[in-house]
Amino acid sequence: MNVTIVDYQSGNISSVINSFTEVAKGKVNLEVTSDIKKIKSSDKIVLPGQGSFKNCVDSLNSISGLVDTLKDFAITNKKPLLGICVGLQIFADIGYEEAETKGLGWISGKVSKIDNQKGKFKLPHIGWNEIEIQKESKIFKDIKNKSHMYFVHSYEFIPEDKSVISATTDYSSKIVCSVERDNLFGTQFHPEKSDKIGLKVIDNFLKL
Amino acid sequence: MLKNRIIPCLDVKNGRVVKGINFIELKDAGDPVEQAKIYSDSGADEICFLDITASNENRETIIDIVRKTAKECFVPLTVGGGVRTIQNITDLLLAGADKVSINTAAVQNIDFVKEASKKFGSQCIVVAIDAKKVSDNKWQVFTHGGRNKTGIDAVKFAKQIEENGAGEILLTSMDKDGTKSGYDLDLLKEITNSTNIPVIASGGVGTLDHLYDGIVKGGASAVLAASIFHYGEYKIKDAKEYLNSKNVSVRL
Repeated sequence: MNVTIVDYQSGNISSVINSFTEVAKGKVNLEVTSDIKKIKSSDKIVLPGQGSFKNCVDSLNSISGLVDTLKDFAITNKKPLLGICVGLQIFADIGYEEAETKGLGWISGKVSKIDNQKGKFKLPHIGWNEIEIQKESKIFKDIKNKSHMYFVHSYEFIPEDKSVISATTDYSSKIVCSVERDNLFGTQFHPEKSDKIGLKVIDNFLKL
Repeated sequence: MLKNRIIPCLDVKNGRVVKGINFIELKDAGDPVEQAKIYSDSGADEICFLDITASNENRETIIDIVRKTAKECFVPLTVGGGVRTIQNITDLLLAGADKVSINTAAVQNIDFVKEASKKFGSQCIVVAIDAKKVSDNKWQVFTHGGRNKTGIDAVKFAKQIEENGAGEILLTSMDKDGTKSGYDLDLLKEITNSTNIPVIASGGVGTLDHLYDGIVKGGASAVLAASIFHYGEYKIKDAKEYLNSKNVSVRL
């Protein structure tokens, strides 16, 4: 099996590479690239994302043909794709970080700043928080409800269709922390930094 | 609910772990990669490396340590010490650090914090403030591992770095560091109340009660400690179980 981590200059993806390498050991052929041909011939794609929504969308758009290739892969052909952090957020129609920015529009909804209730909650939301599983998800196989995952973000994805939400976490309100629709997956938390339980999420994705 | 983090800090000099008493008199406490792995396996919420000689020496040593650690530890890794340029940050992140901690360079040039957080995202920019009490309820920022007085008010500086995009503050009391008498809670309260970004408390931990005080009385989002964990006085698990028994939420 060939799995591609899309390297589109979205910031620091070393941790994503390290953790997938650890889980993939000897089982999966892992590529880190933005090469369209290689992406097309992959079985699965990981779309990391750090920094701002706008930065990530701009970086994706700056690589000719990449957005269309990803859309064909994940939406038209319904092959497994996992977005992590801002990589999940950009599934939305629109984001408001830095400037109003059009997202990929794969899952209708918006990405806006977490309501910190006038300073009652510190932002960024940094650290370990419990996930509350909302529906059965393939990437949560053998993962207990209320497991701890590592988060670092100030913006949240608010999808229109609530049925895509597979888990939420509690920080000022119920924040969407993972989505699943067909073979499209996204986590707001960082499985690559969430210790053994995070590696299990990665393992589940690789085993799909 | 968001959990309070316990962060063991490894002070590294020439590739070895050391821990200073008031930043002087260093003892050797072992191999950093090995130590980090032990901490991560025993439930540390993050790992912090502080390269205490990086300002003047070859940076390759710490980068190599980060690279090795990142392949074995799958919890967040923060690295500080001698981070002065965008290139320094790039090198550390590429080696596998998740966050970098900027100290002297932030004091010398606040625009560096702005530039770094814009380029890499606030999530990976921690600003370390070393503060020393100068009079009642007044603290000043010190740099160069506590050697240089800057005249800058610590609370004002904390607000300033928040405005410039820092994602977290790592606050060390220079008066308390190495004393094992607890965090400077007045300083901690002052900073946590006047900023809206998470504050990591550092400097002075000698007992598990000090960790409790840092979180509950000081308002810290995370507590950092070095020597109580290094010399085996307490395990990470002891700290977590203790805090949990006192109704402080931690990741168990």
